[in-house]
Amino acid sequence: MKKFVAFALVTALLASTASAQEKVTLNVAAFPSLDVAIKAITPAWNKLHPNVTIKLVAQEIGDHHNAMTTALATGQGLPDVMAVEIGYVGKFSEGKGLEDLNKAPYNAGQYKKLFTPFTVAQATSADKRFVAMPTDIGPGTFLYRKDILDKAGVNPTTMMKSWEDYIAAGKTIKAKTGASLINSAAGVYGIVTRTNLKNGEGIYFDSKNNLLVGPDSPRFVRAFTLAKQVRDAGLDAKIGEWSNEWYDAFKKGTVATQFSGAWLTGALQSWMAPDTKGLWRVQNLPEGGYASWGGSFYAIPTASKNKQWAWEFIKFMTVDQGSQIKAFIDNGAFPALLSAQNDPIFNQGVPFLGGQKARVLWRDAARKTQPIDVNKYDSVADQILATELTNVLEQGKDIKQALTDARAQILRRAR
Amino acid sequence: MQERVPLPTSPPRQRRRWSYTRFQQRFAPYIFTSPFFVLFLIFGLFPLGFSLFLAFHLWNPLDGLGNWEYVGWENFQLALGARDQFWVALKNTVWIGLLSGVPQHLVALPLAFVINQSLRRWQGSISTILFLPYITNAVAITIVFGMLYSENLGLLNYALSAVGLGPVRWLALPELVPVSVAAVVFWRYVGWNVILYLSGLQAISEDVYEAATVDGASSAQKFFYITLPLLRPMMFYAFTLTIVGNMQLFEEPFIMVGQAGGSGGAALTSAMHIYNVAFRDLDMGYGSAMAWLLFLAIFVLSMVNNYLFSRGGGRQ
Repeated sequence: MKKFVAFALVTALLASTASAQEKVTLNVAAFPSLDVAIKAITPAWNKLHPNVTIKLVAQEIGDHHNAMTTALATGQGLPDVMAVEIGYVGKFSEGKGLEDLNKAPYNAGQYKKLFTPFTVAQATSADKRFVAMPTDIGPGTFLYRKDILDKAGVNPTTMMKSWEDYIAAGKTIKAKTGASLINSAAGVYGIVTRTNLKNGEGIYFDSKNNLLVGPDSPRFVRAFTLAKQVRDAGLDAKIGEWSNEWYDAFKKGTVATQFSGAWLTGALQSWMAPDTKGLWRVQNLPEGGYASWGGSFYAIPTASKNKQWAWEFIKFMTVDQGSQIKAFIDNGAFPALLSAQNDPIFNQGVPFLGGQKARVLWRDAARKTQPIDVNKYDSVADQILATELTNVLEQGKDIKQALTDARAQILRRAR
Repeated sequence: MQERVPLPTSPPRQRRRWSYTRFQQRFAPYIFTSPFFVLFLIFGLFPLGFSLFLAFHLWNPLDGLGNWEYVGWENFQLALGARDQFWVALKNTVWIGLLSGVPQHLVALPLAFVINQSLRRWQGSISTILFLPYITNAVAITIVFGMLYSENLGLLNYALSAVGLGPVRWLALPELVPVSVAAVVFWRYVGWNVILYLSGLQAISEDVYEAATVDGASSAQKFFYITLPLLRPMMFYAFTLTIVGNMQLFEEPFIMVGQAGGSGGAALTSAMHIYNVAFRDLDMGYGSAMAWLLFLAIFVLSMVNNYLFSRGGGRQ
């Protein structure tokens, strides 16, 4: 009888260790088109770790982050690896549901220097917790239609020297070709507020949670003023981004320039306006400005049951050069990993941009982009300012008054 | 049905049978109705209580359950403070509600009267057609209207340009956005109100109309002296539904002009603002407080409606 018990115990122990070695299912939650990158890398992962199966759940970007918010609130239904988009990383980093990767066993400090610097700052909370590893970044860029600018006789380099030159060039383009300079005057406001921030400054708040918006802020006064000048001169097409009119404008060439992340080139090429291949070129932002425009991260929820494998997977996605290049080729996801940015593929011309070596330009822009502090009330400020900007553009509200009102409203909500 | 023959039964069997009947009579009703109460507790009463609890707390859901901070009436003070977006959103909601609600009833009532009086034969098919917008998916509706309203590619502006009028920026001008949204709401619910009024009209006895005809009453007289007074209960019901529905307006503007309420936030309704505050800004306490204030606003408006209807006689 004793023998039987001992035998049973040993078998049970063996079986449990064997099964622990045998099969692990790693739940990964992501959004399109990051799931494309994960699917592309999965075969290589399976070769390396045949016992760890990746179960990928991808939802639309808004649904994904809503689901993750609910899961974090209740601590139920959390994945082992959670993808986080740039628009949400600030909020998620301030919450308490994600692992601090600075700490053991992750010790992510050693990997930080491998990434484009500003992206590390985006995933760091106010109390210096590092909650997510960056996988791709969006260097801000300026896309323009070469054919339209040529027809108008406008030089793309000189027009970007200053915002005043940009607006002057817009008047020439409008007069000679009839094309609008930009889709919406709000686009100009968007970049002016995002560029040339000092260290420790965010778009709306500084690192000490002081509100930077107001009638005395030169950055916001200038952003509102320039946007108003563009609108008053009739240079914008008054159409919103991600609308049918927007895609139509790209197809028909009724709008000459667009500020965006480098990733827009991929979207134009694949579905927005594939027939305009070869007509587009890129440039850096006006006045030597650099800005971040998008990016994705991977985080580990504190409630995850497979933290060890989750961390292995995240490292495989982020600090493995082969994975980063694979994601860049398959998905157009610009690598956050610095060493991946030295791959020979970066020296190849981009056919959609008429063979321009745009990737080198974006790489330089990414390396010159300063870290921007994020704040959990960014979305509050963002909406209030967008509303006040419309009041200025559509109803002629005084700029100083609009910024005073915006400041008062944001201060009420940020507590 | 067969005649029941009393069978000689042994005592134990009788006891079992008695207990089964007893079980059926005393507990079965509770078990059969319990799904509703269980579901109501989980999805009805608990969220209500939780949101009331949250209204007095500062809570970011990303901090997890339990990490809330008691702030007393601060959330309510925040919402009721001067120049807060709560007031802007409430004003937008009432304005869009009036723009869509008043024409709804002004059109639905006479339309129902005409259908009931002279189009009896086609009543079934007309009702079906009128009811279609109500049961159509809101997303589909707003996408179709988005195409109609589109500034450069839209059908409305195409028609306007055909008669030499410039393009109208239906969904971009802050003054026009509420009108454009209200038009969709009107179109969607006018049929619903016609059906309500039709069923109310059919409850009115033909005898009254016949008596009026014998007395030589005109159509207009019949409408104002017979139909309207006898339709009061249904009108009260329809008005209340419109008030409650319009004050909670969410999906039409949300899909048509986006989360921020479109140009200048002109179509930002209270429900959208609450959604934004709670689920985008993750300020659950403030969102809950505003939800209760919205409830209060709807309650007050319904009471005003009730008062206006009970005044002036007819109903007791």
